[in-house]
Amino acid sequence: MSTSVASSESASTSSSGLKPSGLNPSGIGASVLRREDARFITGNGRYTDDIRVEGQVYAVFVRSPYAHAKVTRVDIGDALATPRVIAVLTGADMQADGIGGLPCGWMVKQKDGTDMRSPNHPPLVVDKVNYAGEPVAIVIAETVEAARQGADAVAVDYDELQAIIDLGTATDSSEIHPGISNNLAYEWELGDRAATDAALASAAHVTRLDLTNNRLIPNAIEPRAALGVFDATTGEHTLYTTSQNPHLERLVLSAFVNIAPEHKLRVIAPDVGGGFGSKIFIYSEETAVIWAARRVRRPVKWTADRSESFLADAHGRDHLTHAELGIDASGNFVALKVHTVANLGAYLSTFGSSVPTYLYGTLLAGQYRTPNIHVEVQGVFTNTAPVDAYRGAGRPEATYVVERIVENAARELQQDPAELRRRNMIQPDQFPYQTPVALVYDVGDYEKSLDKALGLIDYDGFSARRKISEAKGHHRGIGLACYIEACGLAPSKLAIALGAGVGLYESGEVRMNPTGSVTVFTGSHSHGQGHETTFAQVVSDKLGVPFDAVEVVHGDTGRVEFGLGTYGSRSLAVGGSALIRASEKIINKGRKIAAHLMEGAEEAVDFSGGRFSLRDSNRSLSIQEVAFAAYVPGNYPDDLEPGLSEKAFYDPQNFTYPAGTHIAEVEIDGETGVVSVVNFVAVDDFGRIINPLIVHGQVHGGVAQGIGQALLEIGLYDSNGQLLTGSMMDYCLPRADDLPDFVVGTTVTHCTHNPLGVKGCGEAGAIGSPAAVMNAVTDALGVDEVSMPATPEKVWRILQGRSPRRMA
Amino acid sequence: MYRFKHHRPTTIDEAQSIFAACDDPSYLSGGMTLIPTMKQRLASPTDLIDLSQVEGLTGITFHSGLVRIGAFTRHAVVANSAEVAKAIPALAYLAAQIGDNQVRNRGTLGGSVANSDPAADYPAAVVGLGATIVTSQRQIAGDTFFQDLFETALEPGELITAIEFPIPEKAVYRKFPNPASRYAVAGVMVARFPRGVRVGVTGAGPCAFRATALENALNQSFNPDALNAVEIPDAGFNSDLHASAEYRAHLVKVLAKRAVQALC
Repeated sequence: MSTSVASSESASTSSSGLKPSGLNPSGIGASVLRREDARFITGNGRYTDDIRVEGQVYAVFVRSPYAHAKVTRVDIGDALATPRVIAVLTGADMQADGIGGLPCGWMVKQKDGTDMRSPNHPPLVVDKVNYAGEPVAIVIAETVEAARQGADAVAVDYDELQAIIDLGTATDSSEIHPGISNNLAYEWELGDRAATDAALASAAHVTRLDLTNNRLIPNAIEPRAALGVFDATTGEHTLYTTSQNPHLERLVLSAFVNIAPEHKLRVIAPDVGGGFGSKIFIYSEETAVIWAARRVRRPVKWTADRSESFLADAHGRDHLTHAELGIDASGNFVALKVHTVANLGAYLSTFGSSVPTYLYGTLLAGQYRTPNIHVEVQGVFTNTAPVDAYRGAGRPEATYVVERIVENAARELQQDPAELRRRNMIQPDQFPYQTPVALVYDVGDYEKSLDKALGLIDYDGFSARRKISEAKGHHRGIGLACYIEACGLAPSKLAIALGAGVGLYESGEVRMNPTGSVTVFTGSHSHGQGHETTFAQVVSDKLGVPFDAVEVVHGDTGRVEFGLGTYGSRSLAVGGSALIRASEKIINKGRKIAAHLMEGAEEAVDFSGGRFSLRDSNRSLSIQEVAFAAYVPGNYPDDLEPGLSEKAFYDPQNFTYPAGTHIAEVEIDGETGVVSVVNFVAVDDFGRIINPLIVHGQVHGGVAQGIGQALLEIGLYDSNGQLLTGSMMDYCLPRADDLPDFVVGTTVTHCTHNPLGVKGCGEAGAIGSPAAVMNAVTDALGVDEVSMPATPEKVWRILQGRSPRRMA
Repeated sequence: MYRFKHHRPTTIDEAQSIFAACDDPSYLSGGMTLIPTMKQRLASPTDLIDLSQVEGLTGITFHSGLVRIGAFTRHAVVANSAEVAKAIPALAYLAAQIGDNQVRNRGTLGGSVANSDPAADYPAAVVGLGATIVTSQRQIAGDTFFQDLFETALEPGELITAIEFPIPEKAVYRKFPNPASRYAVAGVMVARFPRGVRVGVTGAGPCAFRATALENALNQSFNPDALNAVEIPDAGFNSDLHASAEYRAHLVKVLAKRAVQALC
């Protein structure tokens, strides 16, 4: 796979107050190679499983083979008698120790005003199993092999119950959780139902569409792992684990699960090999490991195998949706009505409730001026693995609905899909733009991305390319997706009012060391994003210190004050902004020190390029000299504390709104039904770009995942709740030869409300691409809908009975 | 993985006598199926008889009209052999389509054929080229070697030592890979010999087989359109998440036509 990179628009205006420092070759805007890669590609990464603590023992979980069953007896006698087994602990032991259930972190209010219904989720099953693979007991032994033997020897009696698997009928089925009728966690709505119904009723044209958003299984390259250590001397617990947000893990384990008070619990997320959201959540296994370490007074390590990852990592997506789009006689969208049934799995995972509601319904305006929107979502329990945030988390699902139905509308109206979109786009002079579904978009120029993408894919040349394909017996299609997404969930006050259990700010600390190097502490967590590079660029640029003199520390509650971690493409916009704020404090204090040293007025000291200079004089001091003076305060202001280290908490005022146009072109083998993505263009507006190389890499990865969703991947259960796609032999992740050379371009409007003017790039690739690909597939086939993934046999069957209708 | 004893014999006789003396032994060749199966605890042989040190099981030699490949020869060796590529390009190509680099560097011809995985590639070549399986005891015609899902004509303890592939005038292998595993959903070897056309099919049925209806049509007229009217009944074909029996039957015909097209 090679890359074509279309030239970026240069940043025309700056809302940030940052002067682009052309002098700093590693500063903002430079494609610096990722400094962390050297250790990753030479095998020197330090992942949880690499960490060995004296005396450590190993855990293996006993997992339910059934999706839905009463547990009538757990006999651990033979397991305890297995050589080298130290302990076998069950849900009853956990309960006896006062360990609570795993909480859901977002209380969604139902449309009738009542709270959502959330079942208790004990980390280890107490009396009833609700999905296949749910952990029933933890076996701890001197070796992994002995623990496995011990797990085999645990005798569990199951009384199997009817599994509720089918999402379409789950609300008409027997209760999974006693007292939660119709298996409904909530019925939630957003927007004006009456106005939307009225607008639809009077619309000149209504396009209707039923869609499936397929269940995905995340598959980070590093499986989840945990190493729990209990220090009986101090009473301190240390949990090394594969977490995207170690402080949140500590907070939840302390406050809600009752593992230990926060000051006696340290969570360290060292190098983490990918997450895609799946490592945000507070899971059973990590909880059991840290608890068990205290019980057995030995460090306990657990590393999931790939089969466990498939069964027990939170899955993503899994929606059934009916949508209706009303259009007036001039081609203006007048109303969008959406009804979605969202599969939440067996329990409410940490953020499972918010993904199909606040992260989905709020995005249904897309890039358009649609004045009336109403969405209703039923959150439904099934006997499947819990579903939660997965790269994009609600926004891919929203984009899929909007961009699939807009495309179909264009075909029904026999209009060019690009032009129908263009007619309805929010215009640059309309920002800030209040949508009918709560959000206020701050800035954007959607047509600019659309035009650039159309140019890059040679939209006008498509019909000629289609003719060439048809001459070979193939079908060619082109599809657009003009997506918008919302990153850096904010602000805290609003989110908490809407039910969020935590704030959505981020912390940062910038510490000038006495000899002038800089240690940066961030509450964000890098598990592949390259923060050690990007954040160092930001601070290097802001303070005018060499890139190599800036170290970024993250992922350890013992070293970083607080943090909310990395998800929702928030790290740079929120975490990076906190570092700017802390750096500004450094500069402000440094100015006082410099003024004193240079015997001038503070107001007369300018800071630029790493130097404090006294206006109208030839005197200046480097920031390193000032830092030294702060730590060796011989000649120093009387009213100033020594030291040069500053903290900041940055709470954003709004989301950021990356947006862009993705265009896919596919060719379908007329004989086999194989879909090949032959061209893919992504033009994204991520605001200011700190490191283009990393940003393009994020787009590549996201687009690959989106193409995977569209063509290859599905988490599929049989009617008994057995996972059919539970290994790489059946669950098809995209590989290099499934993908074309991506053409990646950018346009730039700066976010108006954060100091860097940045938006967020981590998820956009996965948000725009599925709709683009499926629009291309349905275009090639001349049909209204093909469910994802568009696998060869599915497409071949459509080709066998294809409808004659075909839009040019 | 459960505990087992590991043996490393150096001769075929020694390997067979160890086999005869063990409770539940298994030969270990490349281990590309056996080891993962053991790791998942789906197989638990008491004894593994590692064939890697056994003399005389590797190497590629050329005889009159034959390519003889030792059973322990790795897929990568066949795929990268200039001599094989010259004599039977389709065979080198087939070997290059198996699994990934790691699998091709470990997996062996004999291991693949002895396992009779319905989705393995080599069986299509054994049947399609009319190979002879040379074992520790005898010679077995390729046409009769594969008997059912994971079942072959081998007797317990009998070892494949080499496979002799007749050199065709021309041959082509076409495969429709499972998108996830890259095993063959269907794979077709079409080979032209002076005495007629052979078509070997893997992936579609419980084990590799000759598609005689396709052969008959091609013997009458060797061109892709000659296959248009041929019916491939899907009775007994494999059906799974990725492909129904009906789709597999369709693919067999498409792949055969594409192979013939490449040969015309």
